[in-house]
Amino acid sequence: MEGTIFDIKHFAIHDGSGIRQTVFFKGCPLNCWWCHNPESQEADPEKYMRVNKLEGKEFKKEITVGYKTTVDKLFETISGDKIFFEESDGGVTFSGGEPLMQANFLYEIIKKCKQNGIRTCIDTTGFASIKTIEKIAEVADLFLFDIKLIDNILHQKYTGIPVDEILRNLRWLDENKKNVILRFPVIPEITNTKKNISEIKSFIKSLKNINRIDLLPYHNISNGKYERFKKENKMKDTSPLSDHEMESLKSEFEEIGFIVGIGG
Amino acid sequence: MNNRIKQLRNQSLTAVNKLSAERAKLVTEFYKSDIANQVSIPVKRAMTFKHILENKKICINENELIVGERAPSPKETPTYPELSLHSIKDLDILDTRPKVWFRVDNETKEIYEKEIIPFWKGNSQRDKIFAQLPEEWKSAYEAGIFTEFQEQRAPGHTVAGKKIFQKGMLDLKKEIQESIEKYNSSNDEKAKDKIEELKAMKIAADASIAFAHRHAIALINLAELEKDEKRKVELVNLTRICRKVPANAPETFHEMLQHYWFIHLGVITEVNPWDSFNPGRLDQHLYPFYKQEIENGSLTKESATELLQSFWIKFNNHSAPPKMGVTALESNTYTDFSLINLGGLKEDGTDAVNELTYIILDVIEEMRILQPSSMVQISKKNPDGFVERAIKITKTGFGQPSIFNTDVIIKQLLSQGKSITDARNGGASGCVETGAFGTESNILTGYFNLNKILEITLNNGIDPKSGKQIGIKTDDPRNFNNIEDVVDAYKNQLNYFADIKLKGNNIIEKLFAEELPVPFLSLVIEDCISNGVDYNAGGARYNTSYVQGVGLGSITDSLASIKYNVFDKKNVTMDELLKAMKANFEGYDQLRHDLIYETPKYGNDDDYADSLAIDVFNIFYDAINNKSTYRGGKFRINMLPTTSHIYFGSVMNATADGRKAFEPLSEGISPFQGADKKGPTAVLKSAAKIDHIKTGGTLLNQKFSPSFFKSDESITKLSQMVRSYFRMEGHHIQFNVVSAKTLRDAKEHPEKHTDLIVRVAGYSDYFNDLGEDLQNEIIRRTEHDEI
Repeated sequence: MEGTIFDIKHFAIHDGSGIRQTVFFKGCPLNCWWCHNPESQEADPEKYMRVNKLEGKEFKKEITVGYKTTVDKLFETISGDKIFFEESDGGVTFSGGEPLMQANFLYEIIKKCKQNGIRTCIDTTGFASIKTIEKIAEVADLFLFDIKLIDNILHQKYTGIPVDEILRNLRWLDENKKNVILRFPVIPEITNTKKNISEIKSFIKSLKNINRIDLLPYHNISNGKYERFKKENKMKDTSPLSDHEMESLKSEFEEIGFIVGIGG
Repeated sequence: MNNRIKQLRNQSLTAVNKLSAERAKLVTEFYKSDIANQVSIPVKRAMTFKHILENKKICINENELIVGERAPSPKETPTYPELSLHSIKDLDILDTRPKVWFRVDNETKEIYEKEIIPFWKGNSQRDKIFAQLPEEWKSAYEAGIFTEFQEQRAPGHTVAGKKIFQKGMLDLKKEIQESIEKYNSSNDEKAKDKIEELKAMKIAADASIAFAHRHAIALINLAELEKDEKRKVELVNLTRICRKVPANAPETFHEMLQHYWFIHLGVITEVNPWDSFNPGRLDQHLYPFYKQEIENGSLTKESATELLQSFWIKFNNHSAPPKMGVTALESNTYTDFSLINLGGLKEDGTDAVNELTYIILDVIEEMRILQPSSMVQISKKNPDGFVERAIKITKTGFGQPSIFNTDVIIKQLLSQGKSITDARNGGASGCVETGAFGTESNILTGYFNLNKILEITLNNGIDPKSGKQIGIKTDDPRNFNNIEDVVDAYKNQLNYFADIKLKGNNIIEKLFAEELPVPFLSLVIEDCISNGVDYNAGGARYNTSYVQGVGLGSITDSLASIKYNVFDKKNVTMDELLKAMKANFEGYDQLRHDLIYETPKYGNDDDYADSLAIDVFNIFYDAINNKSTYRGGKFRINMLPTTSHIYFGSVMNATADGRKAFEPLSEGISPFQGADKKGPTAVLKSAAKIDHIKTGGTLLNQKFSPSFFKSDESITKLSQMVRSYFRMEGHHIQFNVVSAKTLRDAKEHPEKHTDLIVRVAGYSDYFNDLGEDLQNEIIRRTEHDEI
């Protein structure tokens, strides 16, 4: 079975416990304004012009982002880092794009990892059918689950899709006692509004088992990527929040009994 | 740190590096005397040693708790004309060179001109060595195929073991007497020589006792004049200690440090051994004293710390004897490579980390001085907290301590034939070199330029720099049909140069064994006394001579590039590639780009490249390992560069990996700067593919920007990464934690960063003292890691 991925990052230490390898799946049903991986959105491989500099001269070459791989081939790369996973209680994180968009491939690779004692984590927008969620939850060890906006109209506006299915999936994971860490991308003026934060708080307070949320500060390191991939960048002029603002947000979530991390 | 330590530390940091003619004068004086020419060589050397210690100026610094300086005052450095003689021009260069300078005053120059040079010219050990080395050795040496450690400094690299912390010179004299009696009544054909050597050891033992007594006299005189009652008590106590050690075995923490220090001074005064000397497993040796005195209340944690800090300052007062010429290029630094070992395993195989280990780590962190260097030995039996504590010190950007794999060190020593006890008492000295402490003479003999040999192979035995045929004819590379042909030719070429190197080493070993015995050092290393044989002549229980391979990353990348671009993808013909290299890639921009960006490289966990690293490593290993040395030991390999990868690069044209002419090579077993694209775990996996157990040490440098160390969580992850590398049997890893921005600023405004210490290669050094090439290289690497 084949899947399409666009990158593998070794020694990832911010996406789950221990030393991890992160596999980035290509293709995403969302189109978030603040997306850090704009090259992940299209499901098919796409081309761009890579420019290398060497002693002041530029060397251009057309490069394809994204490639097809098989479960066995991908597993070979993942298991290459097994010794690091074992020593650090780490494992592999499937991110994207949206890994749940390639649910069958994802299921197979997770199963293979599980059989070989490698712990798995899914970094997801949560947008999938309930059947997909059930299937993946059966094998995955942990979900890093994004919660962005509670208001359906705003969610539509800024991500391109409605939020109700996402929230339904989150409730299902919660009720079925799956391991979930919430991730809240703190985007100035979009998700970081009084109204949205209070809505998120009241939603997550109603969860029965999930008790951890990581706040992901917005940063504009992706501006270059938007240029390189010739994608419209709606956030060009947005500046990140200060550390102080992040800290005070952290306390706000702690007050409702959550374990809160910054970054993640 | 308290005021006393602050003041002493400041004295050490601000003292001016200066050359002292005192020792040269005393040595020359003695060599001229009648008696010097009537005794055997070992006795002559011992009497020279005695003459120096009897006549050199005694230095007691204000408020210090451990006494003794090699020269008249801190940061003054003596010379060793019997080993290598400085010309007036050399002295001028030392005085005026911009980095690692030593001030030379007119008086010193005058003494040199009138007394030292006329007597030693043509008669130094260096002169004798060069007179005996064959032409092919000289051609290879001049081409930069290898360097030679013993051409300016004596064999050293050894480390104190348990014995000297448990015995005094008087105990050793008894052992000597027993040995003399044994050889007096034996049929050993060398009995006469052995007895001479043993007599020399006895003279050296007495000389060191008398040297301590001279300090005792100076101290009691100071005590008499001292107005401050507290200091008076200290001076009286120090007087007592100098009367007791090194004659007798130390019985307290303070006595032990002073005892070691007298022995240290003896070793570095007798000759100028490479890597001065080293107390080795300091936390192990000191712990019994610490525990006992803490329990009986005669020592507190604070007083132990103060004594350790004083001890640290003594090391920092002693700069490495200055090097010249090629040797200065391969290793130019004030640091003299005393590497304190902490942690690891006890003799019985259990976890050796103790309370004192952590106190010493605190001392390292607080002192932040160049010398002594420090390392932690990590066994799988050591606690995680120990690893994390060590990494937390590294994160301050000061490059110490470096981190070693005890379990691998023990395996290396066992595979070399050491007993399990001797192996567990071992560790690493100098940069990363494995040794059995107190029982082994493990000398380094020189760096070996793995890359230059490929250059010569690709020129059919000719050195393109000089146009001379210095290698063997291994065929025109245009006739090679595949990478195996290239590797075969390389192997033949390497074997040829390895033989030249080893033959040269044996000539030099013989000269040291016969002409320059070291009876004092021989007292300290087992079993020189019972064997009646000098340290330099094979008297130690184990004798190893190491050759250091340099530039594994670069040669792997070059071979991978030829394999990929010439044979597999046929992107370029061998002829075209050679032309481009010859042209230093002028007019071959696209090709050079492809060699750099589109070609498999070492350090990415890619077997395409890494398998060639294994090939080169095994060729080098087979050429050197287990060959016999003159002293009756074995040649072995290790993989470390100090700073020779800069020098070795400077003698080379452009290479097939896209590196331009004269630029540095990769260092240790680290990937070439910027060649690793897949992060640190991939580097570790590549580096672990060679068999570290077959070596006597490998060096892996990893640079991280400070942002990486922000949280305790990432320090834990780093320590887990180290554990993973060690599970793959990696030997050593060191971290440099400093931002490229800081480094660039330091290059521009050195005056603002006088205290900036960075990890170089197996040791730390002041950034300001590094050559510009090396500074640039470190900046480049740091930038790479910040992306």
